[in-house]
Amino acid sequence: MAQDSMIRAEGLQKQFGPTVALAGVDLDVPTGSILGVLGPNGSGKTTAVRILTTLSKPDAGSAWVAGHDVVHEAPAVRRIIGVTAQSATVDELLTGRQNLVMVGQLSGFRRVDARARADELLVQFDLADAADRVLNGYSGGMRRRLDLAAGLVTRPPVLFLDEPTTGLDPTSRVRMWDIIRMLVKDGATLLLTTQYLDEADELADRIVVIDHGKVIAEGTSAELKTATGGARLELNLSEPRTDAAAVLRPLVSGPVHESQDGRRLRAPVRSGSGLASTVMRAFEAAGITVDDLEVHQPSLDDVFFSLTGHPSLPADEGDADEEPVHAKGEAVHP
Amino acid sequence: MTVTAATPSSNLRTRSPGVVRRLCDVLALTRRNLVHIAREPLQLSDVTVQPVLFTLLFVFVFGAGVVLAGGQSYADFAIAGLLAFSLTTSAMGTGVGLSTDLNSGVIDRLGTLPMWRPAVLVSRSITDLLTSCLCALMVAITGLCVGWRPTGGVGSIAAGFAIFLLFAYALSWGCACLGLASKGPESAQGVGLVILFPLAIVSNALVPTERMPTVIRAFADWNPVSAVTAAGRTLWHNPNPSASIHAWPMQHPVEASLLWCALLLLVFAPLGTVLYGRRTTG
Repeated sequence: MAQDSMIRAEGLQKQFGPTVALAGVDLDVPTGSILGVLGPNGSGKTTAVRILTTLSKPDAGSAWVAGHDVVHEAPAVRRIIGVTAQSATVDELLTGRQNLVMVGQLSGFRRVDARARADELLVQFDLADAADRVLNGYSGGMRRRLDLAAGLVTRPPVLFLDEPTTGLDPTSRVRMWDIIRMLVKDGATLLLTTQYLDEADELADRIVVIDHGKVIAEGTSAELKTATGGARLELNLSEPRTDAAAVLRPLVSGPVHESQDGRRLRAPVRSGSGLASTVMRAFEAAGITVDDLEVHQPSLDDVFFSLTGHPSLPADEGDADEEPVHAKGEAVHP
Repeated sequence: MTVTAATPSSNLRTRSPGVVRRLCDVLALTRRNLVHIAREPLQLSDVTVQPVLFTLLFVFVFGAGVVLAGGQSYADFAIAGLLAFSLTTSAMGTGVGLSTDLNSGVIDRLGTLPMWRPAVLVSRSITDLLTSCLCALMVAITGLCVGWRPTGGVGSIAAGFAIFLLFAYALSWGCACLGLASKGPESAQGVGLVILFPLAIVSNALVPTERMPTVIRAFADWNPVSAVTAAGRTLWHNPNPSASIHAWPMQHPVEASLLWCALLLLVFAPLGTVLYGRRTTG
């Protein structure tokens, strides 16, 4: 295997009864980079992470972390990884501090060192005030931060974060993103799963899209967007005009869609310099008043939809014929 | 906020793998189990309130109606049996505790740590040994209050308690296997009760076995609970009607108890480790 791969998987397969969770997944995460594994619930992301973190064994295929086979050299793998699983893996009946001290001790630290490291992490993750409270009194965001802190006790060079922000409010999400960015700035290699397309877009160097246990696309965020097609122009007219579509047609790269009332136009465009100005000038020349004009860059939602034919909704909730729901919320952008 | 992840953990001293490291893992998890008990002390009722209540009920209600040969004291006869009964019926706590852990997210955290994996089982069994000690203490104190008098010297009395605790420890590994094999804590509790209750009742613990029907009596005479009870009565110099029974365990209750404990441990400790491995790496 290549020297610069920190995490590598070849042909991972896993089946639970009749359900195929993984149908041959290959992954490759270069040292010091973030791989975003994107997919809806039930796509196999968590199964892949469980195999890579030695919690589960593949039916077929192999995987290595820092060159150690995850099945045959599991103890060596466990010494260098940090994991934050999708479900809370902290002990509800312990305090935040007791949780971190226990993880430290079970990682081989002396109790004194485990305590010192716990103190350090509690401050870093803004949990110092709640350190001696039992977890029952923690908010979702605090629990997640503690879970992430528990994964960082040994300062592991390889990190697995399984849906680190699922269920968090926008503020906690942005905060978690900041933490994750800082981890990678310090040189950690990170595999992050998410069902939020904006999260993968924000954080990951490279993105792998998984659906039904298979990798269906791979590349940088920009590459995936390009593969889906270009940008989309949308404009609203003050009044419906029958000649508006004809004015727009020579400036765009595909068919122009007109809304029922004739006030709204939509068309694919090749976004380039001066596109919006050119469009505005053409409409002015034709004497058509435009209320607003927007050029939409393709979101990863669009990417997901065009790749899978179904929206990026969690598979267990979403029907394939439902409208794509955008996971993107304006409020969460820092 | 500064978060460092990639710095090599050179400034963090870790213990090298070995016996000490394993003991430390066991200790860390035992501490955790004890914190759990401290947070929910009511879970100790089966080794505190319950044995006291049973002891009082048996001595005052049944004791009034049972006439022992030679006019011996019922309290002297009953305490060893009541201790065996209480330890046996509370042994399922191990299985329930393990099953609760297995169904919580904590087990996934433990699975990704570079720890000695059987520490989860060993720490659980040690926690339950500690609660068994509490149980023995409660029964002994209640017994002394209602007239139980062990004789035969400090060494002999201590040996009696040691056999009870060893049996409780060995039995807890059997219950650990039940907990590992069951789907959840509720089913572990249910299955445990179905197995442990007959085991505790069909024995010489609460009544002499002489008048039991033949088949049941054969079971009772070879039941480890009977052996342990008889061993306790012998070592404490308390009335032991089973001494007149010809079955080998009743003639050699101490040896039989030790053999039973060894057998339980030899079967269930490795089995538990295998089951735990299966449950945690699916």
